[in-house]
Amino acid sequence: MRVVLEAKHINKYFKKPVLFHVLKDINFQISQGEFVSIMGKSGCGKSTLLYILSTMDTDYEGELFLDNKLITGQDRDHLSYMRNKHIGFVFQFHYLLSEFSVLENVMLPAKKLAEKSYQEIEYNAIEKLKMLNIEHLAKKRASQVSGGEKQRVAIARALINNPSIIMGDEPTGNLDSHNAENVFNIFKRLSDEEGLSLLVVTHDEDFANKTDRTIQMEDGKIIL
Amino acid sequence: MANWKVILSIAKTHLLTKIKQTSIAALGVTFGIGSYITLVSFMTGLNTMLDDLILNQTPHIHVYNEIEPSKAQPVSLYDDFKESLNVVHSIKPKLSQKKIHNALPIISYLERNEAVRGALPQIKTQIFYIAGSIELGGNLTGINPIDEANLFNMSDYIVEGSAEALQNTDNGILLGIGIAEKMTLKLGDRVQVSPINGGTFPLKIVGFYQSGIAEIDAIQSFTNIKTIQRILGEANNYITDINIKLFDIEKATPLAKKIEQQFNLKAIDIKTANAQFETGTSVRNLITYAVSITLLIVAGFGIYNILNMLIYEKMNDIAILKATGFSGKDVQLIFMSQAMIIGFAGGILGLLLGFGLASLIATIPFQTEALPTVDTYPINMNPLFFIIGFTFAMISTCLAGYLPSKKAKKIDPVKIIRGQ
Repeated sequence: MRVVLEAKHINKYFKKPVLFHVLKDINFQISQGEFVSIMGKSGCGKSTLLYILSTMDTDYEGELFLDNKLITGQDRDHLSYMRNKHIGFVFQFHYLLSEFSVLENVMLPAKKLAEKSYQEIEYNAIEKLKMLNIEHLAKKRASQVSGGEKQRVAIARALINNPSIIMGDEPTGNLDSHNAENVFNIFKRLSDEEGLSLLVVTHDEDFANKTDRTIQMEDGKIIL
Repeated sequence: MANWKVILSIAKTHLLTKIKQTSIAALGVTFGIGSYITLVSFMTGLNTMLDDLILNQTPHIHVYNEIEPSKAQPVSLYDDFKESLNVVHSIKPKLSQKKIHNALPIISYLERNEAVRGALPQIKTQIFYIAGSIELGGNLTGINPIDEANLFNMSDYIVEGSAEALQNTDNGILLGIGIAEKMTLKLGDRVQVSPINGGTFPLKIVGFYQSGIAEIDAIQSFTNIKTIQRILGEANNYITDINIKLFDIEKATPLAKKIEQQFNLKAIDIKTANAQFETGTSVRNLITYAVSITLLIVAGFGIYNILNMLIYEKMNDIAILKATGFSGKDVQLIFMSQAMIIGFAGGILGLLLGFGLASLIATIPFQTEALPTVDTYPINMNPLFFIIGFTFAMISTCLAGYLPSKKAKKIDPVKIIRGQ
């Protein structure tokens, strides 16, 4: 199996208010099509790890590979480009641009990438919305749709550039069990049918148990 | 790298959804630029009018024979007293003639100079206006009326009659309006004048002269050169003054110096004669610009404030844009372009507002004794003011947008997302 994401000897310190060793020598790999969850108690460093893996946090020691290419130490503009093209995000809070329509929200990362024409991007965006059964919301303002729907719009946005991996920071944390189930099924289907890699930080044990692999963290270390 | 289409569409959406704030920020610029244009047009209009009041009638160089004491007294020419301290009491001015020697050749020499627009001969003399037994003192100046009208805008100050009439009428006089009022004279009447050395000459009134300066109007009259030469009983080469108008006023000082040396005459240039005038003009301009710049800076702070608020409101949007692959520079450009759009729209409206207000002021009646040719408030609508105003609008909004947008560039998305 092709390795999509690889972390080697990741260490991170918080310097304020006191020096604190958050992540201690983290090593792991994620292969293509793998659905991985990260579990752990609050404060164990799992979200911190996720934001390092997402390339948004660059203040760490160790090496990070995406599609076997070293991305540690790249300049910020290049990292932005990598995020745009290869990584999709789903957050606990749905983080849509509330003044834009659902369709525009989904199209935005592709417009930024600017590899396709406007018509192609629009077509792709509607395809993604159809796949998630929310194409009827396309013209609505992002602020006017419900929480579960917003999360599905966020997933559609994460998918628009056909990324190598999708990362989620408690994507079901703010949803009721029905919607959480729904989101999990979407992730599962993306992993099985589209061969997409997923890395999800979660508190939800049921959710974690259904994934292909669970990484257990405690006090900044991987214990399982 | 910047993808302008996306950046501008985001900027546009932000501006349109906050249309109230946007228009308040733009209005700040509009009022700033509008009042700048109005103020500058009005102030420079007034300045130009006041300057013209003096400068139009004033020659750039005035050449005449000054009555003054000799610079070197005879004693200093005598070698035997060279080593001693000589004190000469009550020095009298040197007796010299009023007329300029060889005036006509000098005039034709000056007119050949490329810098000179025209050199006009004048004869100045003191006379009395005689009304019954009353004698009023005054000045009578002999001129070439048509040339004076062309070079020194004489026609602007002729309230009745014309320069042509003076040129064409033998024994005609262009009477100061103050004298005419004192002696209740009207156009076509005759007035008797008497030169200092005696005799009376009746002159026909062909027009009235009003300079706007009451003291001058109460004594000054004009006639043509031939008439005055006849009154004074002088030959037709008798010229007491030469007034020179140049193409470029800056050349007045060096040329005046040259004339003094070359012809041994007194030559006063306009800068020396009206030094206090220049100071007044530059101080007025300074005030105008100080007020305008203050207005524009206030407008700039308005934009700064509103963009700052906008960025606080849009923290989440900024974080999400960065998380989905927009670089810090893209985010900065989004907010910069918002500032520039506000500046552009506000600036254009400001130019229109300024144009409107200035045009309005230009229609307000403004009549004053001192300024016979002015009916409405003077407005100087120089395209340069519009260019300066617009440039300043763009620069100040650019600066006002730069600081907040730089903050937006530096926002760490992780902190915002995890802070929830």
